Amino acid sequence: MSDSRHSEFDPAVPETAERDPPGDSVVDGENPDLRPGADSCYKCSTCDTSCPVAEVDDDFPGPKFQGPEQWRLKDGDDSVDESVMDCSNCMRCDSACPTGVPLSQMHNTARGEYVSEELSKLSVEYVRDRLLANYRKSAWLASKVPRLANAAANFGPARWLAETLLGVTREREFPEFATETFTEWWAANGGAAGSKERARAARERRGEPADAEKQVAYFHGCYAEYNTPEVGRALVRVYEHFGYEVVVPQQGCSGTPMFANGMLADARRDAEINVSSLSDLVDEGYDAVASCTSCSMALRQEYPELFDIEGIEDVAANTFESVEYLRVHEDLAGELAEADVGADLAAEFAYHAPCHARNQGLDRQAVELFGDLDGVGVEDVGDSCSGISGTYGWKAEKYETSMEIGAEMFDHMEAADGETGLTECPTCAMQMEHGTDYDVRHPLELLEAALVD
Amino acid sequence: MAIESEVLVIGGGLAGLTSALAAARAGADVRLVSAKQSTLRHASGLVDVLGYTPDGDGPISNPYDAIPDLPDDHPYRTVGAETVREALALFDDAVPSYRGSHTDANALLPTHGGTVKPTARYPAGASAGVASDPRETLLVGFESSVDFDALRAAAHLDAAGVPFDVRGATVRFPGDLRADAKVTRYAALLDANREVTVGGRQRPVREALAERVKPDLGDAERVGFPAVLGDDDPAGVRESLGDELGAAVFEVPMGPPSLPGLRLEDALFDALDDAGVGIETGNPVVDFDGGDAVERVYVEKNGARIPNAADQYVLATGGLVGTGVDSDREGVREPVFDCHVEHPDDRYEWFEDEAFGDHRFPRFGVSTDSGLRPETADGNVEFANLRAAGSVLGGYDFAAEKSGGGVSIATGYAAGRRAAEAVR
Ligand SMILES: Cc1cc2nc3c(=O)[nH]c(=O)nc-3n(C[C@H](O)[C@H](O)[C@H](O)COP(=O)(O)OP(=O)(O)OC[C@H]3O[C@@H](n4cnc5c(N)ncnc54)[C@H](O)[C@@H]3O)c2cc1C
Ligand code: SF4
Ligand code: SF4
Repeated sequence: MSDSRHSEFDPAVPETAERDPPGDSVVDGENPDLRPGADSCYKCSTCDTSCPVAEVDDDFPGPKFQGPEQWRLKDGDDSVDESVMDCSNCMRCDSACPTGVPLSQMHNTARGEYVSEELSKLSVEYVRDRLLANYRKSAWLASKVPRLANAAANFGPARWLAETLLGVTREREFPEFATETFTEWWAANGGAAGSKERARAARERRGEPADAEKQVAYFHGCYAEYNTPEVGRALVRVYEHFGYEVVVPQQGCSGTPMFANGMLADARRDAEINVSSLSDLVDEGYDAVASCTSCSMALRQEYPELFDIEGIEDVAANTFESVEYLRVHEDLAGELAEADVGADLAAEFAYHAPCHARNQGLDRQAVELFGDLDGVGVEDVGDSCSGISGTYGWKAEKYETSMEIGAEMFDHMEAADGETGLTECPTCAMQMEHGTDYDVRHPLELLEAALVD
Repeated sequence: MAIESEVLVIGGGLAGLTSALAAARAGADVRLVSAKQSTLRHASGLVDVLGYTPDGDGPISNPYDAIPDLPDDHPYRTVGAETVREALALFDDAVPSYRGSHTDANALLPTHGGTVKPTARYPAGASAGVASDPRETLLVGFESSVDFDALRAAAHLDAAGVPFDVRGATVRFPGDLRADAKVTRYAALLDANREVTVGGRQRPVREALAERVKPDLGDAERVGFPAVLGDDDPAGVRESLGDELGAAVFEVPMGPPSLPGLRLEDALFDALDDAGVGIETGNPVVDFDGGDAVERVYVEKNGARIPNAADQYVLATGGLVGTGVDSDREGVREPVFDCHVEHPDDRYEWFEDEAFGDHRFPRFGVSTDSGLRPETADGNVEFANLRAAGSVLGGYDFAAEKSGGGVSIATGYAAGRRAAEAVR
């Protein structure tokens, strides 16, 4: 990619007054200047108290500096402070700010500017970050030869090389690649046509009108596609159980790892694909659902904050986290109260709420929902960040910080009754497994076990 | 369909949390939705019931005795002194780490500015610092933490005539933290008693901190630090510092962002969890359906509107600071349900010319019937099933009276109880 692609990037209109009543951080589209947002910061430092990185890393100046202070100081050619690369993009500071300063939008924008203007395209850091950010590409390749990839990725000398040459920590196990991707399974099960049939049959069984408009577009993201297709399969089965016809539109990466690594042009490329296919479906009356909370976060918040793509607002307003959607539209609590789970799923779970679920107001959802489910206990292991933050914890120089942030969660997991983890986020799951050796499941898998025969 | 409960509380500040807890303990199925983090993070963590009269007389020694003399429209008059007592009993039960329940009288606590403040409940961590205690005191500030100037605070306390000798000292926090280190950074280091480098040697931070303070200790029997002494285990941090120093250790409540405020918030959320309350934070309620009664409200997430329905609602969205009351040049309003907020049409009557004059704007807020239901301009109930609590209420000025925490707890409790009674 040439540098000129990077400079095409311009942040779109951020927070609107409607969305965050007290802030007046409106930027006019032609002049992408975040100063108005910066000026509604009154330096209360509340955001700093919610930053997991500032809590353990003395070199990190914190969100107040990265966001409003930096944008206020920066005029014209001042360069972005490199510490913005130490921000993990957990977005916790966003919901902390009482006056609606669009902090993560400022961080994402600053990171984009830093990477495109200050980071050498030949540096190991750039190459490594780009590889990590474009995980989907390597995953696609690996999924062609999953067994070989699994063996190679965790082969000692290869990991030593990855760390030495690329700064990818040797401490972590690479995620396993599934032998059948989600979309391979989807195609083998008849794709959209098959889903339509099964959903109709379910509606009949439930006594609902055969022609009820229950249609969702599933944004599976990279992880359910290549690594945990069982989560995608659970989503399809649970939705079909409630009579929904599922479609799986053409899609790229949600962009989350790219935002976090300042690769905004890469993110835009995939966002264009996603918005284009999803907005067509939204026009036809579909809602989009995602099983990964970072994917739904990206579609709902980061897209409209960063890009100006036709249909982007519509897609944001019609995207939901998959369990949240069912809670609103179905009597999920009622059905769960009458269900129980078989012996194949453990009875006690240690639940960790991902930061990106927190920002969508979903951090207590699993605990609330499964509270009445027979045979299952879900214990919240506290509000600390898991520390991995997507690609963050994969970087050799960030590994220690990442584990230090996660320490509180590990302790709480060990102290909890359950020995199985539960979370919506695949990278948090990775960290939970890494820190405790627990097996980790997704709430959709629990729903599947409880509701689908 | 919608996400459903019997009682829905809107707002996650002291008022909302208390009201959800009171309703759940009374047997209702309760959900709480809140937009942002509450003003607890800005507050000192002290719970004031009534420190001064609306006319500025005080400090008041017994708030309960003073309640009958408050103006008719004051929220304490609406709920009555007995309810204030019950509400604080609920608070004491839910937050056992707080002190002050042994007496009706206000305690006097030193603040980071060196004043003495009348308050009803205070964190255990502050208790060794009470101003009525005659023990010689050393206040310790950190070079890197400019929010607390220990020498100045000590001089102010001395000038205020406290009944003890007090000195201040400034030390460098071991490990040489960055100049603008976050309060959570100190707390995390102390919680885990992590090793820091001092003089080229690794040492546990609690021990190293005590070493730095010792040369200034003299005959002091108690030592006050800024309120950064741990987040998960403040009692443990104080105890080991105290052991090293051979003196009682306390925290001086600080300005925002406030760790004691954060700890209080955590303790209340834990109590809500134990009571089985569903909690959702991060997104605002922006709209509602309903006529004489509220049918459902909508939580907004980036354009998506998530319906939440209940039989009874509590509005605890805060005041001008918490965004429960909104003002612009045109007027003052309650933005979620558009409840009436009494205010003069002429904007120049909202305030007085002197900075510390008797302004009207701090008292802006909804007015209610005796059941805390907001009323229209002509005195009718706005919605049959909506109650209001905390600083969204009008008729009092928490900053001048030092009554913020108490009004939130008392009216939150009353609104929550009544909402629960209405569904049972
Ligand atoms: C700087 C400062 C210092 C203080 N110091 C003290 C002290 O030392 N002692 C003391 O007793 N009191 C103190 N107070 C006062 C005390 O904090 C408040 O009076 C009290 O906590 C108010 O509680 P509340 O629940 O009514 O409102 P808030 O704490 O303001 O909470 C309102 C909540 O509602 C949420 N909300 C708002 N709009 C919506 C919406 N549309 N949808 C959903 N949620 C919404 C907000 O995000 C917030 O979480 C202080 C206040 C401030 C500002
Ligand atoms: S929380 Fe908001 S207002 Fe406060 S310092 Fe951070 S950005 Fe500024
Ligand atoms: S996004 Fe997370 S890591 Fe980055 S500044 Fe905000 S709170 Fe800190």
